[in-house]
Amino acid sequence: MGDTIFALASARGKAGVAVMRLSGPQAHWALAHFCAAPTARQASLRRLVWQGHVLDEALVLVFDAGASFTGEACVELHLHGSLGVIKAVAQALAEMGLRPAEAGEFTRRALENGRLDLAQVEGLADLIDAETEAQRRQALRVLSGAVGKRAEFWRKDLIRAGALVEATIDFADEDVPVDVTPEVLGLIDGLLVDLRREIAGAGVAERVREGFEVAILGAPNSGKSTLLNALAGREAAITSEIAGTTRDVIEVRMDLGGLAVTLLDTAGLRETADPVEQIGVARAVSRARTADLRVFLLDHSDEALLIAPEVGDIVVLGKADLRPGADAISGQTGQGLDKLVAGITAVLAGKAASAGVMTRERHRIAMVRAVEAMESARYQVKGIGGAAELVALDLRRAARALDMLVGRVDTEDLLDEIFASFCIGK
Amino acid sequence: MFHVKHFDVVVIGGGHAGAEAAAAAVRMGARTALISMRKDRIGVMSCNPAIGGLGKGHLVREVDALDGIMGLAADAAGIQFRLLNRRKGPAVQGPRTQADRKLYRQAIQVLLARTAGLEIIEGEVVDLIDGPNGSVSGVALLDGTQVTAAAVVLTAGTFLNGIIHVGDQHRSGGREGDVASERLAHKLAGLGLKRGRLKTGTPPRLDGKTIVWEGLDVQPADDEPVMLSFLNKAPQVRQVSCGITHTNERTHDIVRANLGRSAMYGGHIEGVGPRYCPSIEDKVVRFADKTGHQIFLEPEGLDDDTVYPNGISTSLPADVQYEYVRSIKGLENVTILQPGYAIEYDFFDPSALRPTLESTLTGLYFAGQINGTTGYEEAAAQGLVAGANAAAAALGLAPVLFSRTDSYIGVMLDDLISRGVTEPYRMFTSRAEYRLHLRADNADQRMTGLGLAAGLVGEARAKIYTDKMAKIGAANAVLSTQTYSPQELQAAGIGVSRDGAARSLLQVLAFADTHWSQIDQLEPQMLGFDTDTKAQVWRDALYAQYLHREKADADTLRRNEMMRIPVELDFANLPGLSNELAAKLQRRRPSNLSEAERIEGMTPAALLLVLAHCRKANLARAVGQ
Ligand SMILES: Cc1cc2nc3c(=O)[nH]c(=O)nc-3n(C[C@H](O)[C@H](O)[C@H](O)COP(=O)(O)OP(=O)(O)OC[C@H]3O[C@@H](n4cnc5c(N)ncnc54)[C@H](O)[C@@H]3O)c2cc1C
Repeated sequence: MGDTIFALASARGKAGVAVMRLSGPQAHWALAHFCAAPTARQASLRRLVWQGHVLDEALVLVFDAGASFTGEACVELHLHGSLGVIKAVAQALAEMGLRPAEAGEFTRRALENGRLDLAQVEGLADLIDAETEAQRRQALRVLSGAVGKRAEFWRKDLIRAGALVEATIDFADEDVPVDVTPEVLGLIDGLLVDLRREIAGAGVAERVREGFEVAILGAPNSGKSTLLNALAGREAAITSEIAGTTRDVIEVRMDLGGLAVTLLDTAGLRETADPVEQIGVARAVSRARTADLRVFLLDHSDEALLIAPEVGDIVVLGKADLRPGADAISGQTGQGLDKLVAGITAVLAGKAASAGVMTRERHRIAMVRAVEAMESARYQVKGIGGAAELVALDLRRAARALDMLVGRVDTEDLLDEIFASFCIGK
Repeated sequence: MFHVKHFDVVVIGGGHAGAEAAAAAVRMGARTALISMRKDRIGVMSCNPAIGGLGKGHLVREVDALDGIMGLAADAAGIQFRLLNRRKGPAVQGPRTQADRKLYRQAIQVLLARTAGLEIIEGEVVDLIDGPNGSVSGVALLDGTQVTAAAVVLTAGTFLNGIIHVGDQHRSGGREGDVASERLAHKLAGLGLKRGRLKTGTPPRLDGKTIVWEGLDVQPADDEPVMLSFLNKAPQVRQVSCGITHTNERTHDIVRANLGRSAMYGGHIEGVGPRYCPSIEDKVVRFADKTGHQIFLEPEGLDDDTVYPNGISTSLPADVQYEYVRSIKGLENVTILQPGYAIEYDFFDPSALRPTLESTLTGLYFAGQINGTTGYEEAAAQGLVAGANAAAAALGLAPVLFSRTDSYIGVMLDDLISRGVTEPYRMFTSRAEYRLHLRADNADQRMTGLGLAAGLVGEARAKIYTDKMAKIGAANAVLSTQTYSPQELQAAGIGVSRDGAARSLLQVLAFADTHWSQIDQLEPQMLGFDTDTKAQVWRDALYAQYLHREKADADTLRRNEMMRIPVELDFANLPGLSNELAAKLQRRRPSNLSEAERIEGMTPAALLLVLAHCRKANLARAVGQ
């Protein structure tokens, strides 16, 4: 059995209730230091006392080993959500010798105790996190084994190429086809084309998963924050008449036509002497450059900003309320917003259509490694020609890299990778 | 009249596995008995008269590096040394020699006779003596003699329920000229071990005096022969050439017309044969569009006219063998001294074995053909492992273990244990993931240290090994102390790009067109090293830049191998495992994570579950201590 861990299971920060979770063989023992343990699975109000001091009045829940989320003995303390209380309780638990949980450790213990299997953990994680229709569909595609099928297809070619090379090595004394080079090269080249295409699509797939970024750009006071608030349907950004109000990048996540989108409201683009504003402008420019789409909100149609629109970007005139009749938009009145949303959605949907089945960074890395190995193999085949054992090594490396897609990875690394992406106490 | 003798280790069988097992057990310090049906048949090569090859030569070198006897005997009997893949890189070169059958057998018998502490007993083992708790504590011979031992190594080869087929004729036999082992097979069948049938074949033996050699291609021995043992430098007997001829359309027609009379194609054999060693029947059927197959005509000995035609093994009736053989160029008037035949025999599922080659019965070890392998070298390597570990168990020493990352022996053990066999298993270099590191030329650098630690390596070899390592270490030191600019290297005639990077001579050595004369000029100290040392330093340097690519994989693998699965782990009760996998795991009982990973049908999720439980169990043990 492992040691006993604890962590806050609810969101950090001030809240009505904060849930502290304990898991491990000493969970019940630790609770006994605070109060008399209630019957398992029955919520009871208890006064938590530590070294003569009352820490809090809390709702206490006890779970027995074998009948809890982690499979171990567990305790949940529903505390008053004050930072002071949380800190005092955490400190008391630490003094008893319990250990703060690492990221994802509760889920990991659940897996280790057979309460969840890996497929559930990895596969369902995406589905659970899916906020939009496109994410849901993509997650289901992954769950249905699309990644594995593609990988299997590539592996077959790779194995064929490898086998040809191996044959010239292990059956040197026998009647093997003398020159296998043309077929080996053909297979490698075909795979390279496929993999490169899929790598390009992987970026988009990850976008679908993580959300596209759309930056709103314009001169100070061009109405960007008003537009953002109108799109978000709430006051996300502070608006005022004073130019330069938005100094940092403000992000609003939303669902646009079934796609997850993060709208970025940025500082107004202008040359400025104010050092704080300068930083804001620099940030705006750099975030805008890496965004998937930029919406330029202009005051007049021949206005030039610090960065220029790229192909596919959207350029609109703002403050339609102040220039009646024109083909412009207004965050104030809502004029032209539907059309703008439709425009943004159309551009992003176009991008999303090219999404591959490889949705995770892990997948992309595997494919990039395979490509590297195959390029090296190609170089060896075309080069001196005598180094069959080195070509074979590269082809094996490529196959191993693709194995990562289907999960035949160093299991330890996979574990760490997965659990690092889960939040403490989940 | 019932003698009882006692030993630490008793080895059943005097084939390649048995001889090596007995020698290894003695080197470990065990009082050992080798029991074989006939003393004069110890060390017999049942099939082709050759030792080594690709993958196989690597195994022989490893056995030799562990102070085994196969390499020594092969060198004593070698009549045509050839380094295979000489034009490819050192990692895939395999030493091989044609062996004079009689000389080989004699060499093995002499080496065993000289082994102090080994008693050779002639007799047929007919029973195993049951020890406490389902263990084995000795053997009983046909004459009633009982030989007790702490550990028993079984290496009965093709003898267990052996059946010899020639066409539609078949009879009991262990191989040509030997009786099968049926009573022992019967005993083994009752032990609850998973058993199967495999088959293999051998070609007819020809009278060399009746072959027309003129007009046939010849394959001579290498000009610079490379030995099998690290202890030898040159051949000990005269070198000869092989002839080369080919089958033709007529040969194939004859075979095709008589397929129904072949033991295999006539449906007389149930066992599975090796795909990579096809009979002439297989070749004609499976590669129907080929108009000719190569045949090597290999002399079986210096004072023996028998010729082994490598490439046409068969189980056709003797009269058809005559007909098709005589359709081949040079063999038009040939006399067949002994017809080819196929043999089928019992083997035991090796996936039930431990990495020490101990079976599920405590004290009973399996090695060689009975584990589903084929080939002398594979048998010898397993014999060494089983013999050494039987001795270790008997003497209370630590087991001698091998890994896929350190040796072909480790690769073979792991393949057998984690995958089992579906056809006779033979070694290839492509089975080794870490091929650039696991070379025939550095087998001593990889294995002799391990052997010394285990107590397997005697003083004479230890001395040679330490001297060699010292020289290699010194040469490496000289070559890596100083670095040179591209200008300096170019001045010495070495082709490097002017990229400004300073390089050590060790790095420079790996370039395709560097010559020792150039190195010597830059570093005159190198003139003091002999050519063997230099050659070895060069081979190591050649792959140094690629080894890191293999190393990352190797580290992972080693980590997984190190993650021992506790013997008490009950897979059936692991929540989250499918019933099918749980049953498979329970049956195979992988001893580490790497073995578990290679089990067919293993999923990443299931592997994680197993890993998680090992961690928990190992942790619990650590805490409990
Ligand atoms: C017909 C034939 C064809 C072959 N073809 C090939 C081939 O194509 N390629 C290839 O690589 N290999 C081939 N071989 C296999 C090769 O000969 C074996 O792999 C190798 O000899 C196995 O070594 P071993 O030590 O396991 O068994 P063996 O060499 O068979 O030795 C077994 C020993 O055990 C003894 N023994 C058996 N039972 C008892 C008992 N009850 N009591 C006492 N002693 C006993 C025997 O006397 C013998 O000494 C062939 C073998 C045969 C017979």
